[in-house]
Amino acid sequence: MSTQKETPDKPVVEGVDYDALEDLLGETVIDRESHLNAEGFVVRPDEVQDALFTLRDEAGFDHLSCLTAQEYEDRYESIYHLKKYDDPTEEVSVVVPTSKEEPVSQTAEPVYRTADWHEREAYDLIGIDYDGHPDLRRILLPETWQGHPLGKDYDQDKPQLVSFDEHANPLQEDHADAESDTMFVNIGPHHPATHGVLHLETTLDGETVADVDPDVGYLHRCEEQMAQQGTYRHQIMPYPDRWDYSSAGLLNEWAYARAAEDLADLDVPEYAQVIRTMGAELCRIAGHMLAVGTFALDVYGDFTAIFMYAMRDREKVQTILEDLTGQRMMFNYFRLGGVAWDLPEPRDEFFEKTRDFLDDLPEALEEYHDLMTGNEIFQSRCLDTGILEPEAAKSLGATGPVARGSGIDYDLRRDDPYGYYDELDWDVVTEDGCDNYSRVLVRLQEVEQSAKIIQQCIDLLEDWPEEDRDIQSNVPRTLKPDPDTEIYRAVEGAKGELGIYIRSDGTDKPARFKIRSPCFHNLSTLPEMANGEFLADMIASLGSLDIILGEVDR
Amino acid sequence: MSSDNPRESIVDSTAAQTNTQEARMGEGVDDRFNSKLREAFGASPFILTKFDKFMNWVRGSSMFMLQFGIACCSLEMMHTYAVKHDLDRFGSGVPRASPRQADVMIVPGTIVSKFSPRMKRVYDQMPEPKFVVGMGSCTISGGPFQEGYNVVKGAEEVIPVDIHVPGCPPRPEALVYGVVKLQERIANGESAPVTVKPYELEQFGDLEQDEIVDELAKEIDEETLVMRYNWADSP
Repeated sequence: MSTQKETPDKPVVEGVDYDALEDLLGETVIDRESHLNAEGFVVRPDEVQDALFTLRDEAGFDHLSCLTAQEYEDRYESIYHLKKYDDPTEEVSVVVPTSKEEPVSQTAEPVYRTADWHEREAYDLIGIDYDGHPDLRRILLPETWQGHPLGKDYDQDKPQLVSFDEHANPLQEDHADAESDTMFVNIGPHHPATHGVLHLETTLDGETVADVDPDVGYLHRCEEQMAQQGTYRHQIMPYPDRWDYSSAGLLNEWAYARAAEDLADLDVPEYAQVIRTMGAELCRIAGHMLAVGTFALDVYGDFTAIFMYAMRDREKVQTILEDLTGQRMMFNYFRLGGVAWDLPEPRDEFFEKTRDFLDDLPEALEEYHDLMTGNEIFQSRCLDTGILEPEAAKSLGATGPVARGSGIDYDLRRDDPYGYYDELDWDVVTEDGCDNYSRVLVRLQEVEQSAKIIQQCIDLLEDWPEEDRDIQSNVPRTLKPDPDTEIYRAVEGAKGELGIYIRSDGTDKPARFKIRSPCFHNLSTLPEMANGEFLADMIASLGSLDIILGEVDR
Repeated sequence: MSSDNPRESIVDSTAAQTNTQEARMGEGVDDRFNSKLREAFGASPFILTKFDKFMNWVRGSSMFMLQFGIACCSLEMMHTYAVKHDLDRFGSGVPRASPRQADVMIVPGTIVSKFSPRMKRVYDQMPEPKFVVGMGSCTISGGPFQEGYNVVKGAEEVIPVDIHVPGCPPRPEALVYGVVKLQERIANGESAPVTVKPYELEQFGDLEQDEIVDELAKEIDEETLVMRYNWADSP
């Protein structure tokens, strides 16, 4: 891609030169807004593609991180949050207002393929119509749903009908002649290989996947509505735990904490940042263990050694996290401005327990490598299957281990540092294989890196002077950020870039709360990997994506 | 003395028992058939019990679970099946992927409108007698998501539930307790009252007749499972 160079003329030392970008966009920009994370250029709804093509090809913004749609009193608005895979601190937003009467906006799908699902979601929940979108239908709610629930005039008490219908064969017309023998198979929503309630509408040609269409929304729990009903200070924090529930709760809490702290301009004491970093990495280990265990379950097909080993190691992590936070899964441990409480007393015991776990980890990982990555059967299942080329991965918005398994060197912990990560010594793991094998390998190696981070955090915490152990900064009892402040912030969750957009309206509750879920967009790469491959390889690819349906559907 | 050998008192009493066995099965039958339990019963190879009681005991002591993951609780459910908690100790089997082989459905998580017809279909596919353990607050009332526009307020809106295990999520110990409690009830021949609300296609007369209702009314036949959610009337 020829898009990696910064805007010409003025070399920028830090951040993005928005004036140069405005010049570059020229006539398309009709206004300019200032968000806390980046400047936003307002463009007309029929010039979206022009603006985005310019920003992608000439300014290097190759990552459509998020699309936030929302309804104001007088207009609808879509905000495209753009970033660069090379440097995610360089951000820009493209704001597209549309009228109330005719909420039609040009689609961004030709520019970024990931906009496909973004826009379907925006259409589903808000009701903005994207002109030129290849397949604009509901994605999270049932087809028969009436109304757009995050719109302003939605009546929640209205009765709804949901039917259970057999799905028609989408390829039938193309293969109408008698020679053809494609078969339509519903995989899920209740199926052991889908990791929850995912429904794959699969068309098979013999044993080859001719077409697969992930049908999500079987766990759409209205997380955004829940967050919009809660107050900033305490009522939102319990929900992030339930997005990515693979015991990766602290990572999700951090996403909310980071966005809200930047929004309300709160500081976090350094000591709390170290605890957060340690807790988050423990969560990452638990999440990756689940991914590895269930992947083995998919590929080997039974509740045998690897799954049980992964569960054993998860139990150990969960015990440590329970000591730290008081809960096995739904931690609710972070607070805006810090954490809920200090390390458990006696501290030595906690450190010893964690060290014991870390000491045993290399041996356990050796076992996983023996049983999985070193196993010839496993290799023949996973090497060179489920290929995801880096270009496609970028265009589809893949992040996290999925992107890193395709050789994309993108990790927000290093590229957009938060917490205590930039003070510590660790590496970002990438693999160039682009296949199922690489993605598993990345996860196993990331467990090692996480252990390295935890080790350093424990050393720091052990020597931390007793008088400096501030776990929370001074936070007002009721948080009311200034009206019309907008922010989009992301952290590196267990599955990738977990972003939160918040717009405040001057009250103690957010006016719009949008979650950018990494699993949702990682899942959208499945057709890219699976089409033309064997059905069994598709199951392996799905396992290697490591989706958690709570986060896909939110 | 090794526990493999019968106690003295039992050995002494085996003569009558051996005679009975020989009379019944012929001479020279392998000693293996003389289990310790048999010996403890003495001469008679028979136990007198009620057939129903026996069946209930059998039913409660060997239950196959449906492998059914919905949401967060399914993680704790997996931990309950796996090492450390090992639900199999209590005779609650390993998870079966097919509803046709399952006796018990653990409902581990939030049920939303799009999923509930599917869950009902899976429940209908399970052979009788079948039991349901509702795991977590979401299956009781919708839990933390109760106010959501899309969330069904408890599993009992869709299928009958025998045991509710509260928690968000319940610890594995709590789920073990719930399952063992269910086994105990089954063994005692108690079953929960069925409190399921009617889910089948009703008359939709009180709905506004818009396009979708009209279209659905045309398409629906008796085989189609349609669920109707009247959020205002839900608990």
